[in-house]
Amino acid sequence: MSVDLSQFIPSFLEESFEGLELMESSLLDLEQGDDETINSIFRAAHSIKGGAGTFGFNNVTEFTHLVETLLDEMRDGRRKIEQDDVELLLDSVDCMRLLIESIRDETECETSKIIETSVLLEKTLAADGVEVSEAITINSSDTVESKTDDSSTWQISFIPEHHLVQTGNDPLLLFNALADVGEVTIVACAKDLPALNDIDAEEIYLSWNITLQSSAEEDDIKEVFEWVEDECELIITKEELSNGDLSIPELLTEPASLEEADSIVPTPTIEVPVQPTSSPSATNTDKPVSKAKTELGSIRVGVDKVDSLINLVGELVITQSMLSELGNDFDLSKVERLNSGLEQLLQNTKELQESVMRIRMLPISFAFNRFPRLVHDLSKKTGKEVELILKGEQTELDKTVMEQIGDPLVHLVRNAVDHGIESAEVRIANGKPKKGTIMLDAYHQGGSIVIEIKDDGGGIDREAVFNKALEKGIVDEKTVLTDAQTFDLLFEPGFSTAKEVSDISGRGVGMDVVKKNIQALGGRIQVISEPGKGSTFRVNLPLTLAILDGQLVQVGTETYIIPLITIVESLQPQKELINRVSGDMVLYRLREDNVPVIPIYQLFNIPCEFDNIENSLLVVVEADGQKIGLMVDDLLAQQQVVIKSLNDNYQQVDGISGATILGDGSVAMILDVPGIITMALAQAQLNQQNRSRLQPKITQSISEGVNS
Amino acid sequence: MTKILVVDDSNSIRDMVSFTLKSAGYETVEAKDGQDGLNKAQGTAIDLVISDVNMPIMDGITLCQELRKLPSFKFTPILMLTTESSGDMKMRGKAAGATGWLVKPFNPEKLLATIKRVVR
Repeated sequence: MSVDLSQFIPSFLEESFEGLELMESSLLDLEQGDDETINSIFRAAHSIKGGAGTFGFNNVTEFTHLVETLLDEMRDGRRKIEQDDVELLLDSVDCMRLLIESIRDETECETSKIIETSVLLEKTLAADGVEVSEAITINSSDTVESKTDDSSTWQISFIPEHHLVQTGNDPLLLFNALADVGEVTIVACAKDLPALNDIDAEEIYLSWNITLQSSAEEDDIKEVFEWVEDECELIITKEELSNGDLSIPELLTEPASLEEADSIVPTPTIEVPVQPTSSPSATNTDKPVSKAKTELGSIRVGVDKVDSLINLVGELVITQSMLSELGNDFDLSKVERLNSGLEQLLQNTKELQESVMRIRMLPISFAFNRFPRLVHDLSKKTGKEVELILKGEQTELDKTVMEQIGDPLVHLVRNAVDHGIESAEVRIANGKPKKGTIMLDAYHQGGSIVIEIKDDGGGIDREAVFNKALEKGIVDEKTVLTDAQTFDLLFEPGFSTAKEVSDISGRGVGMDVVKKNIQALGGRIQVISEPGKGSTFRVNLPLTLAILDGQLVQVGTETYIIPLITIVESLQPQKELINRVSGDMVLYRLREDNVPVIPIYQLFNIPCEFDNIENSLLVVVEADGQKIGLMVDDLLAQQQVVIKSLNDNYQQVDGISGATILGDGSVAMILDVPGIITMALAQAQLNQQNRSRLQPKITQSISEGVNS
Repeated sequence: MTKILVVDDSNSIRDMVSFTLKSAGYETVEAKDGQDGLNKAQGTAIDLVISDVNMPIMDGITLCQELRKLPSFKFTPILMLTTESSGDMKMRGKAAGATGWLVKPFNPEKLLATIKRVVR
């Protein structure tokens, strides 16, 4: 029969990646050295090798075999754990990851690094004189070749030890297997059979003589008895004559008559001619398994989470039945019970929602666990001693958010090692411990998760940042910036204060991409830095992308939702703070900022209650470092809303990021704040172009208002 | 129906073995390590055990020794899945009471052919 193995490949890949991560993190711990750690590394490698072989990924098997051999020597104590070997193993883990990634992506793998590393592995192994054995041992039965020459006759004498069956072996099955090799004639010999009273039903007293007519080699026959060779006497002789009807050696003689001797063995003296079944032809394991499209779209959920979900659904059903019973003949006396029932329903729904969200949640350790290796490598490269502290690894985060936050975090950690931590000499000169510390911390705060990357390095040089900004023309000499504003400059495109571009970071693509990625997730990033003491990059992320904390606002008869995370403040405009810079544009003075006001009714061209800013309310929102005031009629409730894609259900609309369904069943649009800002800027520019001849000075009005 | 206990810490291998066995009409019980296997073996009529060697918590060799201590597993065939074709591992398996072994990598055909050698 043929079994399609491709369906198991995604799960093999997933566990291989987990195995690699375990190997990596354990290897980093190994520097102190202990038996259990090396064992777990070995086990992970071993599992990957086994799986890869089974699914036909021979390049992985071969490579991992080398790794495993090296680990085995370390495990057995044949080899001391040297730092060089650990580095080599870490490189090997990278290679294995490359190989497995190429399987996942169905691409060709870049082989130069792998060849290089495997040569190094072989060298290391050979250095101690341990021979590298063949990577894959193909069981000989896989490669039995039908021989073309005439079949020969084999005489096999099989005398098992009495306890043979106690390891689960069964002579009959052995004979069946032999029958697959050729035509057999089996004669049992019962001469050692004791008296009935002395028979132990759990032992074998018979022996057998088998004549085998087959073209097979001696090794093929031996293989049948492979599992019992230490528990029997096996004599195999070849008769040159191709005549199967030769007499059976004298060994086997008197037929026994005790049928109850051993229920497991065949009845004595019965000749069992068995026709050879289909020859075990070369079903080679190297046969490549058809590759599955392997997007790792699965998620592993703890049983406890599923259990709690089932529990909650159970409770929901109870509430539902209570309510429907209540509705059967409802009168006013039951209002109280109805209310408490509805209260319960609310509670159930809330818990159910949380529970379902939890399914998508994974501990952030999934994103954190790559950092020990990263910091290890970086500290080697830079020659700085750095200790990494991970905190709050169990803090849970949505899987999608987790996948997308990985790269920005890597960038921030790289920066921390490269630019943040000073060299050992500088640190000592400043009275700091020689070893720098980088701390990654994750915790929940309200409805969002906060990830902090903290270093105890030199802090950010405000002056250098400012000068660089000056050089780039982002600020002019007269600009006065707060600390926060200065540090925000770091996120400007193409901004790098690195004195020299190093191999690690400072290649230009940088912080602006980090910020963009974080914003794409609906999050924000903040920098806190103290000269001489270090810097903290604080990333604020929503817990999930599927649900949003929103502020409901009213414009005319429409309800819109503004993502709460973008809102800076909401206020009632005061007349004296309103400035009209041009015919269309209204700026509102918010402390030291001039905030452009965008009336939503104008944006979407809908009727409204108040078209005058003095009577309406202003919701100040911020995106990409720009603040704008959204003019609305009224503020309604704050609530969590489930985001429905507008693209899937309708089409993309500028200024709208999605929609949701409110409690009363009506649809409300979720405002796309960054989009609105872009729209408003474009609109303003258009207006200016139309009037540029008359009012040439307005050109910069919006951006001034926004940036100042 | 022949019931087979499949013990492997690797989900993909365990799933693959189990799937192959089920496709061939066997019933399977799955366990993720030796201890799990030992727990699941007790109180169930198992006709064959297929176990990985290298596993966390309890390895296959120990599982085999423990199973052989149980009266109901005295004659039950136990196959070890091993990537090590070395005689050493086989000897350890045999010493622990294993019936035989199956060298990884193996394909479904090989697996089923091997099983035919230990179950009727």
